Amino acid sequence: MSVAESLAAARPRSSRAVAFLVFAIAIALIAATPFLPNYYIRVIDSLLIYILLGIGLNIVIGYTGLLDLGFVAFYAVGAYSYALLASPQLDLHLPFLLILLVAACLGAITGILLGIPVLRLRGDYLAIVTLGFGEIVRIIINNLDWLTGGPKGIARLDKASILGIQIARPVDFFWLLLVVVLLAGLVAWRLERSILGKAWAAIREDQDAARGIGINTTNAKLAAFATSATIGSIAGAIFGASQRFVSPESFTLQESVLIVLMIVVGGIGNILGIVAGAAILILLPEVLREFAEWRILFLGLLMIFLIIVRPAGIVPRSFGPDKLIGRLFGK
Amino acid sequence: MLGNLIQQTVNALTIGSIYALIALGYTMVYGVLRMINFAHGEMFMLGAYVAFLVLSMLVGDVGMAGAIALTVAFVVAVFLVGFIGVGIERVAYKPLRNSTRLAPMLSSLGVSLSLVTGMQILAGPQPVAFPSFFPVVRYEVLGGTITSMQIGILVAAFVLMLSLHFLVNRSRIGIIVRAVSESRPTAQLLGINVNGAISMVFFVGPLLGAAGGILYASYYGIMSPTMGAVIGLKAFTAAILGGIGSIPGAMLGAFILAFVEVGGTALLPVITHGVLGTEYRDVLTFAILILVLLVRPAGILGEAVSEESIVYKREF
Repeated sequence: MSVAESLAAARPRSSRAVAFLVFAIAIALIAATPFLPNYYIRVIDSLLIYILLGIGLNIVIGYTGLLDLGFVAFYAVGAYSYALLASPQLDLHLPFLLILLVAACLGAITGILLGIPVLRLRGDYLAIVTLGFGEIVRIIINNLDWLTGGPKGIARLDKASILGIQIARPVDFFWLLLVVVLLAGLVAWRLERSILGKAWAAIREDQDAARGIGINTTNAKLAAFATSATIGSIAGAIFGASQRFVSPESFTLQESVLIVLMIVVGGIGNILGIVAGAAILILLPEVLREFAEWRILFLGLLMIFLIIVRPAGIVPRSFGPDKLIGRLFGK
Repeated sequence: MLGNLIQQTVNALTIGSIYALIALGYTMVYGVLRMINFAHGEMFMLGAYVAFLVLSMLVGDVGMAGAIALTVAFVVAVFLVGFIGVGIERVAYKPLRNSTRLAPMLSSLGVSLSLVTGMQILAGPQPVAFPSFFPVVRYEVLGGTITSMQIGILVAAFVLMLSLHFLVNRSRIGIIVRAVSESRPTAQLLGINVNGAISMVFFVGPLLGAAGGILYASYYGIMSPTMGAVIGLKAFTAAILGGIGSIPGAMLGAFILAFVEVGGTALLPVITHGVLGTEYRDVLTFAILILVLLVRPAGILGEAVSEESIVYKREF
C-alpha cells in the first residue's frame, strides 16, 4: 500500500499527524544543518543541487512527458558560464547575481536551440537525440581547450558574493540553495497549475488530442524546454560557485541518467517525489560510504527493485505539496 | 595512398563488424519489446571477462592446447552470457512488461550499474590485459598492413551475422520472433509462445554482444569493467542510424558509423585545416545521428511509419 493510499485510508486526524510530522522533520533538518560538520553540509548542498536539477528536468519529463537524456548539458552551460565569467581564465570577474542572470538566459537559449530541432520527434527518438546533444556538449567542452581548459577544467573560480555578503562556506551555500530550491519548487508547482501547465499535461496524455483542442504544442514544448533548461543552468552556476572548479567530468551521461532516475524512483511529476528520490540516490551512497563499491551495487539492485515494486515512483503524482499543506491545516 | 586507403577500409570493417554484433542485440530487443536495453553494453563486457575466466581455467587447470582452448572458451563464454541475458530478462524486465515504457529502460539502467560495479568488486576496477584469440601475422597488401587478427574478427563476425540471418529468416524460431516483433497481441492470439520468443531474443542478443566483446578485447588486448559503456553507446547509435528494430539496419548502421569514425579521424584535421582535430570524431558521429533522425526519424532502413499512425503506449 502506498503512502497516499494509507493516508487516505487513515482517519483525517492521523493524516494531519503525518503531515505535521513531515513538516516537523523538514524544519528540524533545516534548523540542524548549520550546526553539522562541514562534510555533512556539503553532502546536503549537493542534495539540494540535485533536487534543483530534478525540479528542472521534471518539467520536461514529469509535466510534459518528454524523455530528456541530455539534461546535464544545461547544467554544464550554467557551470561554465560561472567558470568563464568569474575566473582568471578570461580574466573576467563579474558579480554573482549578474552571472546567475546570464546563466539563466544562456540556459533558456540553449534549451530553445535544442528544442527547435527535436520537437518533431517523440518518445525514444527524442531521448536519443537529447542524449546525443548532451554528449556533443560534453565532448566540445572537453576539447575546446583555449576556452574551457579541456579535460583539466577551470580552477580558481572567484568566491561568490551577493550584495557584498560573501558566499563561500558550505553553510552559506546551504542557505542560498535552500532559497533557490524553494523558489524553483514554487515556480514549478505554480506553473504546473497554470494554463501552460495544463497544456503540458495535455501533451503528456495525448499529443494529437492536445493539438486537436487548439494547443500550440510547439510553443508549449519550447516553453517546457526553456524553463527546464533555465533551472538546470542556474543549478550549474551555483554548483560552479560552490566547487570553485569545473571540469567536463561532472557532466557525463551518467549524471543525466542519475537525475532521470531520481525523478522516476521518487515519483514522476511530483516535487515531493523528487525530494524523496534525491534523498535515496544521493544520500544513501553517502551514508553507506564505508562499504565502498558495495554501496553502488546495492544502489543498482535497489533501483531495479523499486522500479519493479513501484514503477510510478515512491510518492504518487496526486500527492503534491498542496495535499501535504492542506492536511496540516485540516482541509 | 592506395595502401593507406585499404588499411583504413579494413580498420573500419573490423571495428564496424564488432559494432554490428552489439547493435544487433539493441535492435532485436527493441523490435520485440520496444525497449532500449541500457544494460546491453554490459553483455559485451561480460563476454570478455567470462571468456578470460574460461580460458584461464582451460589452459591452467585442464591443460588444454592453445587453439582448441581458445575456440572452446569463445563458445562457452557466448552461451553463458546468453543464459545470463535470459536470466536478467526474467528478473528485471519481465515483471515490468505491462508497465510504462520507461520502467524497463530504467530497470536496465539499474542492471547496468549493478553489473559494472559487481564486476569491479569481483575482478578489480583496473583494466586487464586480454590474451589474443588469433596468432597475429601482418600481411602487406598493396602497401597497406592488414593483420590476421582483423581477418579473424571479420570472419567470426561474418559467420555470426550469417547464422543470425538464417536463424531469423529461415527457421521456425525466426518466424516466431518476427511475428512477436510485428505485433505481440496478434502473435499471442495465434497461440505463439510470446515468452519463449522474448527469451530467445534475450539469449541471442547477449550472445552476439558477448562475441563482440571477446573480439574487441582481443583486438585491443585489454578489457575493463567499464568497457561496455562507450562501445554500447556507439553500437546503440549504429542501431538507431540503421533504423532501430531492423536487423539489416543495425549492420548497415554499424558499418556506416565505423566508416564515419575512421574517415573522420583521418580527414577531419585535413578538411578543417587543423581547426577540428580527431577528438571531434564523436561529435561528428552524434551530429550525423541527429541529422539522420531529423530527416528520417525511423533511421535508414527502419519502417517508414508516419508518427500519427502509431498508437503510442504511454511513456510514463
